[in-house]
Amino acid sequence: MQGFPILTAMTLMPLAGAFLIMLVRSAIGSGPNETDGSKALTAGLVISIATFLVSVVALTAYRPGVEGYQLVEQVAWYGEVQYKMGVDGLSILLVVLTTLLMPFCFLASYGSVKTRVTEYVVAFLILETFIIGAFCALDLVLFYIFFEAGLIPMFIIIGVWGGKNRIYASFKFFLYTLLGSLFMLAALIYMVIEAGSSDFEILETHAFAPGAQTWLWLAFFASFAVKLPMFPVHTWLPDAHVQAPTAGSVLLAGILLKLGGYGFMRFSLPMFPEASLYFQPFMFTLSVVAIVYASLVAWRQTDMKKLVAYSSVAHMGFVTLGLFSFTEIGLQGAVFQMLSHGLISGALFLIVGVIYDRAHTREIAAFGGLVGKMPVYAVLFMLFTMANVGLPGTSGFVGEILTMIGAFQASTWAAFGAALGVIFSAVYMLTLYRRAVFGQLNPALSEKIDRGEIVMSDVNARELTCLVPLAVGVIILGVKPDLIFDITEGATQRVLTLMAGG
Amino acid sequence: MLDWIAIVETLAPELWLVSVGLLGTFAGALVGQRSARIFFKLGAMALFIAAGLAYFHLPGGEAFGGLVVSNPFVNFAKIVSFGLAGVALWIADGFFDRHETLRFEYALLMVFACLGMGITLSAADLMTLYMGVETLSLTSYVLASFHRDSPRSAEAGLKYFVLGALASGLLLYGASLVYGFSGSTSYAAIAEADMGTGMLFGMVLMITGLGFKVSEAPMHVWTPDVYEGSPTPVGAFFSAAPKMAMMVVFANVLFTVFGNAVDDWQLVLAIIAGASMVIGSFGALLQNNIKRLLGYSSIANMGYALVPVAAGADLGAPALLMFMTIYTIASLGMFAGVLMMRRTGGMVEDISELGGLFTNRPIVTLALTAILLSIAGIPPLAGFWAKYAVVEAGLAAGLLPLVILLVIASVVSAAYYLRIIKVMWFDAPKPDFQSPDPSVVATVVACGFLMFPVLLIGIGILGGWTEAAAMGLTN
Repeated sequence: MQGFPILTAMTLMPLAGAFLIMLVRSAIGSGPNETDGSKALTAGLVISIATFLVSVVALTAYRPGVEGYQLVEQVAWYGEVQYKMGVDGLSILLVVLTTLLMPFCFLASYGSVKTRVTEYVVAFLILETFIIGAFCALDLVLFYIFFEAGLIPMFIIIGVWGGKNRIYASFKFFLYTLLGSLFMLAALIYMVIEAGSSDFEILETHAFAPGAQTWLWLAFFASFAVKLPMFPVHTWLPDAHVQAPTAGSVLLAGILLKLGGYGFMRFSLPMFPEASLYFQPFMFTLSVVAIVYASLVAWRQTDMKKLVAYSSVAHMGFVTLGLFSFTEIGLQGAVFQMLSHGLISGALFLIVGVIYDRAHTREIAAFGGLVGKMPVYAVLFMLFTMANVGLPGTSGFVGEILTMIGAFQASTWAAFGAALGVIFSAVYMLTLYRRAVFGQLNPALSEKIDRGEIVMSDVNARELTCLVPLAVGVIILGVKPDLIFDITEGATQRVLTLMAGG
Repeated sequence: MLDWIAIVETLAPELWLVSVGLLGTFAGALVGQRSARIFFKLGAMALFIAAGLAYFHLPGGEAFGGLVVSNPFVNFAKIVSFGLAGVALWIADGFFDRHETLRFEYALLMVFACLGMGITLSAADLMTLYMGVETLSLTSYVLASFHRDSPRSAEAGLKYFVLGALASGLLLYGASLVYGFSGSTSYAAIAEADMGTGMLFGMVLMITGLGFKVSEAPMHVWTPDVYEGSPTPVGAFFSAAPKMAMMVVFANVLFTVFGNAVDDWQLVLAIIAGASMVIGSFGALLQNNIKRLLGYSSIANMGYALVPVAAGADLGAPALLMFMTIYTIASLGMFAGVLMMRRTGGMVEDISELGGLFTNRPIVTLALTAILLSIAGIPPLAGFWAKYAVVEAGLAAGLLPLVILLVIASVVSAAYYLRIIKVMWFDAPKPDFQSPDPSVVATVVACGFLMFPVLLIGIGILGGWTEAAAMGLTN
């Protein structure tokens, strides 16, 4: 059963890389006063690309047709707790999404991160290890360790390299998430005591008493709802996003939020089927409220990053909507939506980062008429705007339509509410695009350009390297979504079987 | 005729400590203060040897007609507390030297304090228990006021003494009631006596008296003052070794003496534990003095430690040892960090003085961050396992409300641990501290390294030890 432990290797690779960088930090030039940290960033880039390649190898080693978890590694650890890693169709794709976005995070940081670059790279690599580990863990406690550990580097990333109000944002982020997670910790320990094991495969088939299920479900909900984030515990997200550096936002929106959706699908649905069924109306209500409310709030934002952050909340609403429809099409749609949103929101934050690096502001009102100065940028921005709205032909469409079809089978009203959200998303995204890209060049901005204070040059080669692959990915997934469904099919069917077999 | 073999097997570390202490007193009188530094180092080594002796005589035994009994459970506590006390003594000389109070008595007092801990741990009779507690307490009062010229230190000592004397009185009064109603002072005999109202009264008074020593609310009020006022190395000692020892004594008394009355004391402990968590975590929020903050933090943590005690011997004993071991190591590391905080003009203790430490001393900052997050119980640090074990014991015993309170208190306390981390990482750098002693830095780094990754990976091994040690209690 146990060949080369590729998952462990993949998980530990960024950590080992981070350790190496720390060891040679004097050689690659670090310290508080460094001006050029490009060597450290390049080292991080190389390590993250290598990790990506390993994850691709893992993806090819994965057999889509085979039932259950694959590439399993297992070592005894402490009491019932084991070190057990493995993947199924759901997690392997999220892992690849993680490793894929990571190099872009480093690419986007050249020039925009100027202080303590070595530590910055190290924090990102450590975070990558924890995220990959959380997706690969097949032991509840191991999962929790990785899941929760990610807080520390993210706290430091926001707190050290964030914007003006970064300390407030980092504390809010940490404490919100911690409160949710500690309830989950208590619940998972109860489960371990009850089932006598923390192995996913045993817990999935263990029938918890219906009364206990309700409480366990709520405890897990507390954690994942904060992580996802769902209305009304989403308020940490806009703060964290606005204050985080561009790469931090990419990671946060692109991957960390997915941990919440992943958690719902991996734990709440198969392990507490009756409670999930019981809470279906509740989840639908929260999802629809999130979709509509967050979209409306996004519409009124003056800060671009905040707008994209609220749009993330809305799009995560589709994920929970699809998951709790308990239909195969809804689940497939939810998974797809997570992956697609990972690409789109990552790209949108990079798009915002491009002009922030040039003009040092994210106020929508400060821009306008960018199409004249930055035509290529305008095209890419347009593409991702459309993808975020859910235009057919982009990946955003597939995720939204599938989750809505799934929800429609379960509740017409929920689907109706979600459809309203799609309209609103067009409203806020197109408003953003019109105000930033079309119209007259902002007078204050043009004055600054005339004085030579800032240069609004078009996207450079480095930025193109970030954005073009994401654009290609968004279109490929939009045109040929089967690529994803072939892999996730087994996992979604398994969840539904487990739910039915309770 | 004394059975020397049994005595040695039961009390080897205590015999060693009493010999070292007495010889040291003579030697000190002869050589005077010139070679005080050697006393510190030799005293620390004697404590390490005592820990080693406890390890070699782990199975323990019974001596003096059942007045003292040792088993793996208490010997585990001896190993950890002697070891931690040894480290606290080893790193103390630089501090006292700079304050011109480098006196050999300090090392001897530490040795006698450890002797007191050892006797209390091995006690199997109320009289032995009281004797040990007093040996520890009286030396602790002197240690707290060791800087006798400093008003703060004198105040700390006096406060500790007055309140401690009251607590000792309560303990003694409780013990006399228990004796009066059971007719014996021996643990084994009391365990078999009926739990009448008088016994219950005595038990509650004993819980109060012992709870004082481990700073449980509402007997906690001395803790922040004593931590703040005592010389920092004394704080490093107080926060680790006696906490470990007295917590195990506390559990030992409840498990063995009142083992049949779990239903009677479980609620009492739950209330005490809950109050400690709330007072400790909320009290620390507004503190600016780092030693005071650590005092409140230890109150909260002692509240967590009572959860496995309330869970009872079978479920809770291993978890208690696990939690206390990890917590006391972290706590010692944190105090060693405070020992580094020295600028021109003396020690500084304000949290803001740590500003931007990351720029000046990245390795130490990493270690301190690991320690703080570990105390907060965040994975992947060792403190997570400590909290895991505690919550597991609490849930297995059905103490759900207490566990929920623990969760809330943990989030509140995470806020102030994060505040220290924030100051170290995010704030503008202050001038670097004056070159700290290498032994202090080594302690901080070693404790940090234990928190991550050593104990994270090796938790199975520690878990095995605590399981085995706890078996000794139930057998």
